[in-house]
Amino acid sequence: MQNTETDAQDIQLDAPLAPKRTRLEEFWRLFRKNKLAIAGMVFFILFFFLAIAGFGLTRGDNPLLDPAMVRLQDKLRPPLAKPNLERLQANEIPRLGVYIFGTDDLGRDVFARMLQGSWVSLTVGFVAVGIAVLIGIFLGGIAGYYGNRHIRVGQLLAAAFFIVGALLLVGKLIWSGSALLIGGAGCIFISILMKKAAKAKTKSAGTRFWYFNTISIDTVVMRFVDIMLCFPSFFLILTVVALLPASIYNIMIVIGLTSWMGTTRFVRAEFLSLREQDFVAAARALGLSNFRIIFRHMVPNAVAPVLVSATIGIATAILTEAGLSFLGFGVPPPHATWGNILSDGQRFIFDAPWLTFVPGIAILIVVLSFNLFGEGLRDVLNPKLRERN
Amino acid sequence: MISFIGRSIVQKIITLFFVSIVSFLIIHLAPGEPSQVDPMNPKFTREMVERFRTEFHLDKPLYRQYLYFFRDLFSGKTISWKDNQPVFKKIWERFLNSLPLFIVGTILTWTISFPVGIRSAIFRGGIYDRSSTFFAYLLISIPGFFFAYILIIFVVNQFHVPVIGMETFGIGDTAWMNRAMDRIWHLLLPSLLGATGGIAVLSRYVRSQMLEVEGQDYVRTAKAKGLTPDQVHYKHALRNALLPFVTMFGLILPGLIGGSVIIESIFAWPGMGRMAYEAILARDYPIILTLNFVSAVLVLIGTFISDLLYLVVDPRIRL
Repeated sequence: MQNTETDAQDIQLDAPLAPKRTRLEEFWRLFRKNKLAIAGMVFFILFFFLAIAGFGLTRGDNPLLDPAMVRLQDKLRPPLAKPNLERLQANEIPRLGVYIFGTDDLGRDVFARMLQGSWVSLTVGFVAVGIAVLIGIFLGGIAGYYGNRHIRVGQLLAAAFFIVGALLLVGKLIWSGSALLIGGAGCIFISILMKKAAKAKTKSAGTRFWYFNTISIDTVVMRFVDIMLCFPSFFLILTVVALLPASIYNIMIVIGLTSWMGTTRFVRAEFLSLREQDFVAAARALGLSNFRIIFRHMVPNAVAPVLVSATIGIATAILTEAGLSFLGFGVPPPHATWGNILSDGQRFIFDAPWLTFVPGIAILIVVLSFNLFGEGLRDVLNPKLRERN
Repeated sequence: MISFIGRSIVQKIITLFFVSIVSFLIIHLAPGEPSQVDPMNPKFTREMVERFRTEFHLDKPLYRQYLYFFRDLFSGKTISWKDNQPVFKKIWERFLNSLPLFIVGTILTWTISFPVGIRSAIFRGGIYDRSSTFFAYLLISIPGFFFAYILIIFVVNQFHVPVIGMETFGIGDTAWMNRAMDRIWHLLLPSLLGATGGIAVLSRYVRSQMLEVEGQDYVRTAKAKGLTPDQVHYKHALRNALLPFVTMFGLILPGLIGGSVIIESIFAWPGMGRMAYEAILARDYPIILTLNFVSAVLVLIGTFISDLLYLVVDPRIRL
């Protein structure tokens, strides 16, 4: 590596040179120096495959490792204990021939339950963060790209009619709700009619009022972010999850819907600086649509901080899910998750410590690896934080 | 200055209004009703449910319920649906229980993370820096309840001290010293747990701030002048690195409510987090909404204070 660098300097500088290394190679060169981040990435990948393997091994009617098989003869066996062959029926004997992580108070194989739980943790983390990132990119993109445009009175009226109307409909006031919805549609109709009038040189007072600028889009989105940040996040998630029917999907959606604020801020900040750059101006000069400029040209350039916050977000989501399971609001019983294995095991903390320590340490390792990986990514992707060498 | 204060107060009141609407909608649009919490209870006859609904305006349309709720909230007459106690009285009692946890936790956070962060910034890349970095990530990543169990096992096995609850059961009439020691033991673990996340995050932040300042020209000048390392680090670097932290004093206010749910549940600590948890279980809407509202007010006051502190501390900022 050192050699190629000096070689590159020897070549005359006036010859136009392509960068010797691609972006990925450069990234890898910097990333490799951070040992902790490398360890994090290795565990990240291991966990990923483990979770997929866990999904394959524990699903179906007759899975290879059955996480739900109750063997009361073999309850609370310590890790690496051999099953009690004389007292088990033929179909109850674990396929592995040994309880790697022991069994719980119902004699279920903790190893199989952990495998199933790893899949649940992975999906909860990825889906929740996926939702958050999508919302964040969308809102942040709008705020950053269209930020200095203003919402006109007509649009504001239409939106107000629609929102209040929909709320009244939900509040079971059918008539006034529908009337407001029709009013909103009327506003859109008026806007279409006025389009021509707005282009004319001299505008009537009504048109001017209709096109009067109120607040900017940026203000609306960022105030909305401020409002969402006012809620204590875990308390909010707990409230919503407790009120909704217990299901794994509700948990993913609720965690996703309450954690998009950071991404929105990052994307907005990136977009504000990208918007002024030449390649965006060039794209606009080529006559590309706004949609294409945003998603083909700007989002790929703004994705670096999002990636970092997503990696750390997955770790936070896994921790949140475990916390919810611990309080009894987590994924409902047929699924095993690390959180509910741990909270079931706490009753036997002195008799069967492995029921607490196995899931606890598993959560710790996975969350730690995600955090280390994410921080490593941040260091590499942010040139300001690099050590000069 | 005056115009800034006025503007931000107006802005915060508008935000608060929307927060109140959003939280009200979230709670009331969720499926299920508080009158149906306990459908198997034979005491809950049809008439009882009806009476319950009329008593607490649950049969009125949503916007009327909203107006009723906030009329009661601002006149201080909101009562808990569970036991008809005034909400503010209940919250105040629990707040007094949570307060020592919060104070001790905050003191621990700020006194531990500063020396750790400063030291690892001064010896950047050394063994101390690397291990403290790793420990910081470890503390961020460990699930709070798991860490709580490890600590409980450790303390109970090593020191034979019970740590659940606010004080040992039936200790009422022992000597004053014993009672005080007992309180301290019971206080120590939960507040330490509450502080772990804060210590990890804050020490990382202190480190990065110090590193930034240590790279400045005036620090190099100070070194070149031949000042002792202590003077360079603590007089020239640290004082300038402290700036962002002054403002963080405002941001610790919201920590009074959020984040303590799990810890207070484990230690059976009758504080605000636990009350929130119980209120959620019982669908006690007035308490949930009031807590939400109070914490939103705390967040807004916190950001306001931190903005003001910035103005006072940093002469470069002019509004």
